[in-house]
Amino acid sequence: MTEMRMRDALREALREELKRDSRVFLMGEDIGAYGGSYAVTKGLLEEFGPERVRDTPIAESGIIGAGIGAALGGLRPMVELMTINFSLLALDQIVNTAAKLHYMTNGQMNVPMVVRMASGGGSQLAATHSHSLEGLYAHFPGLKVVCPSNPADAKGLLKRAFRDDNTVVFIEHTANYGFRGEVPDDPDYLVEFGKANILREGSDVTIVGYSGSVHQALRAAAMLEEQDEVSAEVVDLRTLRPLDMDTVIKSVKKTNRAVIVEDAWKFGGFGGELSAQIMERAFDWLDAPVARVCSKDVPMPYNRDLEFAALPSEEDIVEAVLAMF
Amino acid sequence: MTLETAVTGAPGEPELPAEQLERFLYEMAFIRRFEEKAGEMYTRGKIRGFLHLYTGQEACAVGAIHALEERDKVIAHYRDHGHAIAKGVDPKRVMAELYGRADGTSGGRGGSMHIYDTSKGMMGGYAIVTAHLPVAVGLGLASSMKGEGFVTLCIFGDGSVGEGEFHEALNLSVLWKVPVIFFCENNLYGMGVSFAESLSTEIPKLAAAYNMPAVSIDGMDVLEVHRETKKAVEHCRSGKGPYFIEAMTYRYRGHSMSDPELYRLKDEIEEYRRRDAIESLRLYMQERGLVDEQRWRQIEERVERDVEECVAFAEASPQPGIETLFEHVTKESGDD
Repeated sequence: MTEMRMRDALREALREELKRDSRVFLMGEDIGAYGGSYAVTKGLLEEFGPERVRDTPIAESGIIGAGIGAALGGLRPMVELMTINFSLLALDQIVNTAAKLHYMTNGQMNVPMVVRMASGGGSQLAATHSHSLEGLYAHFPGLKVVCPSNPADAKGLLKRAFRDDNTVVFIEHTANYGFRGEVPDDPDYLVEFGKANILREGSDVTIVGYSGSVHQALRAAAMLEEQDEVSAEVVDLRTLRPLDMDTVIKSVKKTNRAVIVEDAWKFGGFGGELSAQIMERAFDWLDAPVARVCSKDVPMPYNRDLEFAALPSEEDIVEAVLAMF
Repeated sequence: MTLETAVTGAPGEPELPAEQLERFLYEMAFIRRFEEKAGEMYTRGKIRGFLHLYTGQEACAVGAIHALEERDKVIAHYRDHGHAIAKGVDPKRVMAELYGRADGTSGGRGGSMHIYDTSKGMMGGYAIVTAHLPVAVGLGLASSMKGEGFVTLCIFGDGSVGEGEFHEALNLSVLWKVPVIFFCENNLYGMGVSFAESLSTEIPKLAAAYNMPAVSIDGMDVLEVHRETKKAVEHCRSGKGPYFIEAMTYRYRGHSMSDPELYRLKDEIEEYRRRDAIESLRLYMQERGLVDEQRWRQIEERVERDVEECVAFAEASPQPGIETLFEHVTKESGDD
């Protein structure tokens, strides 16, 4: 085990995969000479050369489409789009091509591509640069959606993504890049998709989150224990597609209460899907309606205090939990 | 109707061997009849969804695709039956796909706009205008990075050039020097909007601006299409990067089966029919003693028989089982 930040763990995963499989190559905006907007790919250009670590023009749709073609041609591309906000410019390629070809060709084609992007607000970048669109991608059959919350998972899930035969949308919360943790050194360390992780055991309420919100959930759980003697269980989904609902349901049947936390908007969001499934499968076990703690229903403002007010906080989670008793 | 042949070339000796010319003639006639039949079956309710017929444009698919080798790939727009057939996809399976049947190229999951047969290098019809241009660049990248040397022929319509992806793809293709031929079938209309009203310049100028060779050719002349595409293939194969061809052509039918064609006059269609690609090649061959009335009738009869066989095959093919609905959403390891 080595302690490192999430960005370093991601880089380790990329390095190991580039070494392991000659079909793997990386391309994206500023991943080479610049080292990646969040310094994830720093040093990889020097180590693997410009053929396998390609800087691209700012052309999201073009490079995702090229990634799809490269995958169809037998390569294993990773395309970095800088941030999820810009992925909207490539939405058609991801949704209409990458997610559909396996089905529409009746299994003749598949698109083994990893699309990496940074997500989330909290950096005062205003409405166009603060999206949390994990749930949007999870909406489409044919895609896999991965949202790691910590360095060990980030490495294991990213390595697993390169071994997948489908397009994996790999979403990294910007607040998590500097987060430190122990990471296994084993080059064969993989984290399976569709296996949620119980980060903290508890008996009174289940708090479900993914990506950045997991850390708020953990802090809220600590506050609840200290201040209110409430024992909260925290479930990190890790992947939204495939979704490990069994672990969530098992936990809810034990605690009889569920709070869902996500950075995205509540209206039409992924939390609504989780809530519906909990009610479909564990209605009789619930002692209170499922609660959702999400961003306020506004475009993200620039001002620090306004942005803070728009994002979910650990206090919001504590409040939602206490309202159930 | 007086015909003025579109096929050019020096008088006397034919440009290509007789068998090859006859193959072109047969294949263009076959595609024409196949499309007419598909249109007929659409009006009879056998084929549903959108159906875009290729009649009028046959010289493009036949001339260009026969300039390729078997290992080369074709990726095309949604008016794609002709391209699939020219690339060697079994037309019986194409017709079955239009019918949505189990023996169709995608087992009924794709329909008319999405004909794929990877075993023949037919990488599909793409129904989102221009989406396949970047994909073609990626195929080219795979070809050069893996040293496989296959060429990708990327076919699209004039409607594509207004899309951002057109420019992204052309730029990337030159930066990465990929073996991709961009082949624009300019049939003068993006659905119902005339090309003249939707582009402020000329198409080859756009390609030339990205520093690749770009030519405009007569897409009704199968020999010219073949000749020019061969040059493009050689260029790509020798590692010189992408190549751009604009082929001027014309579609005889509406954009799709539901097009009332209010945007053009019948005279215009008649005008283009005078330079019909199939008739032009037939005249060229007739002048050189390679096909006479009797031989042409034989070809027409064979075409009719072969198209009927496609229809019979599609009619007899079973519906895909409802139990297959969830197959191939994602590929799991070990699936095939």
